[in-house]
Amino acid sequence: MEELIIPAIIAIAIAFFSVYGLTPIIIRVLEKRNITVIDVNKKEKTMVARPGGLSIIVGIESSLIIIYIFYPMSEILAVILTTFFAFLVGIIDDKKTMGGWFKPLALAFCAAPILLLGAYDSNLDFPLFGSVKIPLLYMALVVFMIPIMGNTINSIDVLNGVASGFVTIASFALSICLFILQNYEVGIACLCLAFTSLAFYKYHKFPSKVFPGDSGAITFGATYGGIAIIGGVEVIAAIAILPAIINSFLFLSSVKKIVEHREIKNPVTHTDDWKLKSTNEIRAPITLVRLLIAKKPLSEKQIGTEIFKLAIFSGILAIITAFMMGVSL
Amino acid sequence: MSLTIFSFIFAMWILIIIGGGLMVLFIGPLTFSGEGDLNPIINSGVKVLIAMILIFIWVFSLLKIKNWIFRKIANS
Repeated sequence: MEELIIPAIIAIAIAFFSVYGLTPIIIRVLEKRNITVIDVNKKEKTMVARPGGLSIIVGIESSLIIIYIFYPMSEILAVILTTFFAFLVGIIDDKKTMGGWFKPLALAFCAAPILLLGAYDSNLDFPLFGSVKIPLLYMALVVFMIPIMGNTINSIDVLNGVASGFVTIASFALSICLFILQNYEVGIACLCLAFTSLAFYKYHKFPSKVFPGDSGAITFGATYGGIAIIGGVEVIAAIAILPAIINSFLFLSSVKKIVEHREIKNPVTHTDDWKLKSTNEIRAPITLVRLLIAKKPLSEKQIGTEIFKLAIFSGILAIITAFMMGVSL
Repeated sequence: MSLTIFSFIFAMWILIIIGGGLMVLFIGPLTFSGEGDLNPIINSGVKVLIAMILIFIWVFSLLKIKNWIFRKIANS
């Protein structure tokens, strides 16, 4: 355990400071080239740089490579490759909006390094009851996990700071769970993700200076999913992001098909004082944000705070679940 | 409103734990005899089928909870 402290500090420092230093440069370059989008939830027409995924991938990859240099484990290599391929899928989607099925299918292929490097254990661990060995089913789970996580994080990236703040909370919670389960190397890899998203949150928080775009949000999700698989904490990882899963679940159960989120009716409108309120449009999907503002309109910042409270609650449930892993009925 | 969503998250958590218990206690120990090399494939195939049924029940339960939440909001 002690020998992990120095590599961990180096990797975490690189994760945080590379994103902290690189993001303002990327923002300037994007603004100079006019690669910006309108922030639709601001009263004044505000243009925001997008995508900031490049700084996110640099932060994650450079820190994971440091861990891999100290501990050349195939599991870490698998996450490095999967994350990079997922980032490429996100960049393609940022440049040219693809159909609803493009991302899930392309992201399914991104799980190939995990399968090819055998960086998984086909036992699925559950709290209180132990584990179940499901070799074929587990391979399918690996293939599904990356697209699900990528799209789940992407679908919650609707308000200033929500995606990066949410990933920060979830990955800190998952890191604690991995340390509780004494999976230290993967726990450090998860901390790198947490510090990358924390550094990005500085620029993404309300009012945003940069949006992560599909490349950033999918990279966050794919890394999170990859860490869940190699750490054998799939169930705990899912619990830690339950608010985002609820968002996807509500969306899919109301739209009833897989569709690119930019193609659908906006589920929210604005009041005169520019708070967000639920739309009266029948065909608009139900989302977590729409649920939060169903009773009364809230400001963008207030909604973000509410989502973070839900994320902290889920994180606590995930940590309780990690403790329950050691208990057998 | 938030309290309702907190309850929804808690309900999902309980469903995950119960679903996991069903997987470990009932699906894990299942074995089906088959011809030679086919045996593990039959075993996994049946387990996949049962797991999919469980997921369907899980999603169905969540839909019921979601509808109940929306009815509650509409009535308030």
